Amino acid sequence: MLLNNITFRLAWRNLWRQPRRTLLTLGAMVFANIILVCMISLQFGMYGLMIDNTLSMLTGHLKVLALNYKDDGKIRQSIDEAETLARQLRNDLNRLKNKNFEGESAANNDTEGENNSVKIAVRGKAFALASSEDRSFGILVMGVEPEHEPQVSSIPGLIQRGRYLSDSKAEEIVIGSVLARNLQVDLDDEITLIGSGHDGSFAAAVITVVGITQSGMTDLDRSIAQMPLQLFQETFAMGNGAHEIVIRAPDLSDVEEISIRAQRLLDDRPSLVLHDWDDLEPGLKQSIQADLFSAWFMYGVLITLVAFSVLNTMLMSVLERTREFGIVMSLGLTPGRLGRLVILETAIMGVLGLAAGILIGTGLVAWAGIYGITFPGMDEMGKQFNLPARIYPDLTVFQLALGPSIVFAATLLSSLWPALRLHWLEPVQAMRAAG
Amino acid sequence: MIAIIFRLAWRNLWRNNRRTLIMLVTIAVGIWAMIFMTALMRGMVNKMVRDAVKVLPGHVQIHHPDYLDDPNIVNSIEEHPDGILLQVLNGPDIVAWSSRVRVAAIISSARESRSITLLGVDPATESEVSFVAGKIVQGSFLNDGDDDGIIVGRKLTETLETGLGKRIVIMSQDPDNEIVDRGFRITGVFDANTEALEEGYVFTGVTAAQNFLGIPGRVHEVAIVGRGFRQIDGMYQAVKNAAGPNFSVLPWTELNSYLGTMLGVMDGFVLVWFMVVFLALSFGLVNTLVMAIFERVREIGLMLALGVKPMIILAQIIVESVCLLFFGALTGNLVAWLTIRPLQDGIDLSSYAEGLEMFGYSTILYPEMTVEDVFTANVVVLSLGIIASLFPAIRASRYQPVEALIKV
Repeated sequence: MLLNNITFRLAWRNLWRQPRRTLLTLGAMVFANIILVCMISLQFGMYGLMIDNTLSMLTGHLKVLALNYKDDGKIRQSIDEAETLARQLRNDLNRLKNKNFEGESAANNDTEGENNSVKIAVRGKAFALASSEDRSFGILVMGVEPEHEPQVSSIPGLIQRGRYLSDSKAEEIVIGSVLARNLQVDLDDEITLIGSGHDGSFAAAVITVVGITQSGMTDLDRSIAQMPLQLFQETFAMGNGAHEIVIRAPDLSDVEEISIRAQRLLDDRPSLVLHDWDDLEPGLKQSIQADLFSAWFMYGVLITLVAFSVLNTMLMSVLERTREFGIVMSLGLTPGRLGRLVILETAIMGVLGLAAGILIGTGLVAWAGIYGITFPGMDEMGKQFNLPARIYPDLTVFQLALGPSIVFAATLLSSLWPALRLHWLEPVQAMRAAG
Repeated sequence: MIAIIFRLAWRNLWRNNRRTLIMLVTIAVGIWAMIFMTALMRGMVNKMVRDAVKVLPGHVQIHHPDYLDDPNIVNSIEEHPDGILLQVLNGPDIVAWSSRVRVAAIISSARESRSITLLGVDPATESEVSFVAGKIVQGSFLNDGDDDGIIVGRKLTETLETGLGKRIVIMSQDPDNEIVDRGFRITGVFDANTEALEEGYVFTGVTAAQNFLGIPGRVHEVAIVGRGFRQIDGMYQAVKNAAGPNFSVLPWTELNSYLGTMLGVMDGFVLVWFMVVFLALSFGLVNTLVMAIFERVREIGLMLALGVKPMIILAQIIVESVCLLFFGALTGNLVAWLTIRPLQDGIDLSSYAEGLEMFGYSTILYPEMTVEDVFTANVVVLSLGIIASLFPAIRASRYQPVEALIKV
């Protein structure tokens, strides 16, 4: 303990023999750490938002689709008895889910059950020509369950004017704001839908616009058109069929478990396939991976540069002490002790850099968490990836500590060479060395 | 005198060759990272813009003033521009231009229907502007504007369960909002980079489309291709002035604001990246110089005592720094060239295909090492490096000879 203390004090004093050098090396570390802390928090904050916003739009966490519907999207590839199946799934998944809460009080179970339950909704999809008095556009109409859809999708919450669908049979439609403008319709105007039904027959309906949604994303606002499921099934001769059953888990981390259970319930319907969100939106995970990959290349370069800087400093500080080391070695100090001293010096510097970097970085991230971050062009980029124009980075210990820890490790690694060199040092020659 | 300064600086550098080598490697890694990373990013974004421009919009488009907000059949313009506009369009700055009918429509086979954009084009001019003519995989492209064959994407033939030579029905509206529909025969199938394109666009002859829709002599957009996607300002202004207030003329940066913004963000990002790398470098650089000076305090004191002017001391230290920067940069450039060179044939990123498609990137990445970027990287490192080394150099030149001499 005492010896440790001496080593530590020696290391500390050695560092401050050349305060400017130590400070400059520290500066490099702190600079890299701040950048890493801020960038990593920002990145993970963005990824979380990207996944959440994209999935909550229409995708959900899991979807039951007919075989090949994901690739082909043909109206004939439908799920028979879709609502019955959805009811089964809803009951089974939530009953099983609640078993996990056994032991908790029943009252607690009830209140939390609402937020923790698995949400499920059924949808039908068909292409149709939508005509107003003087405009026509080809659109993808969606038949939805008005009572369940708001639980799985953020679209119903985007109603800007009017209201969402009220009833499963009502002759109503909700459309996006751009589509409304292009069709030149407003609330209470009628739209004629013309298309082909499930059996290839002619399908037509006249329905009233009751709500207009606005998301700010032009593509989405041009494509949204939702009508009640039962009316959809009648119009497009779907019988009791539909095209997708959307499942929304309470949390992203529950998806895997729910997927296994849902799959068990689907085993007797081989014509149906359960897709998870990665399957449905393959671009999402990959774009995150591609972004992470290029980000880590940049971080790698930054860390390498800092490591070189530390290597240079430690090598210098060892070289200029050659004579001194020769003396203490001839007095009986082992090269291993000396090596540990050098590594300890680096470690102290590393810890200081780590602490200062995390402290300043956290301050910046916290500040950004309150005021948000935006940069020129963020608005446009955000629309492409379902991100808001202002990003509030995440503050978690992992994200804060990840970058600085790697810098710390790289720092220690780069002090190995100067430390190991000491083993080759001949005390007599070292004492004669110049300097 | 200058020769002596150089020789002194050079020898001083190699007094401690390990330190100098580490610093050289650091500078080289920094420069390499700047150039390499930028080449990859440029490659991605430039390819993305080129592809996107080639896919449809061209560099500049002319529309009816209301068309972009309300892409309806009635917001049409004259098929054949005349007067000044025609002169400008046929001028030297414009490589090609093409007039198109462009309306939303529904395409149906016996089994399926899809909503699409129907484009009526003149094959003679269109093949200069967009990609489709060169990407026909089955059948052939349109023969002329009267050709009423239809060209569809490969993916669309699959979803519609149809194929070359089969008939499909297209449904749209005429200017009086009456539904018009007509059978067409598929005479060509094209292949595109993305499924969205293959599913979203269908081509037929411009006159055939006009007859079908009941809009003789009218089109919806004129797409113009200039000399390059970055040099459109002059051409855009010329077309805009010639077209006058009765048309809306827009460059691709506004037609596809995501791409336009991306290009700007990328330019900004390259500079930020250069600065970050430089700052990480500069700590090491300043440190090395501070050390080199510290070791020689006595020597510098002696030189000053012997009558060497402070300016010479300053110059010598700056020259040392310049030598370090120069050789580091040289190595960095060389390594960058050597690493980018073998990648010229493209890096296959198809395992990230869908993610890249979301950004609009292509799956094969061709790094682009541009003279401008290499120049900027070197200028940033050399000039800022010299500025950073001024601080230790000025300190050294201000030593008091006596104090410096007696320093241990």
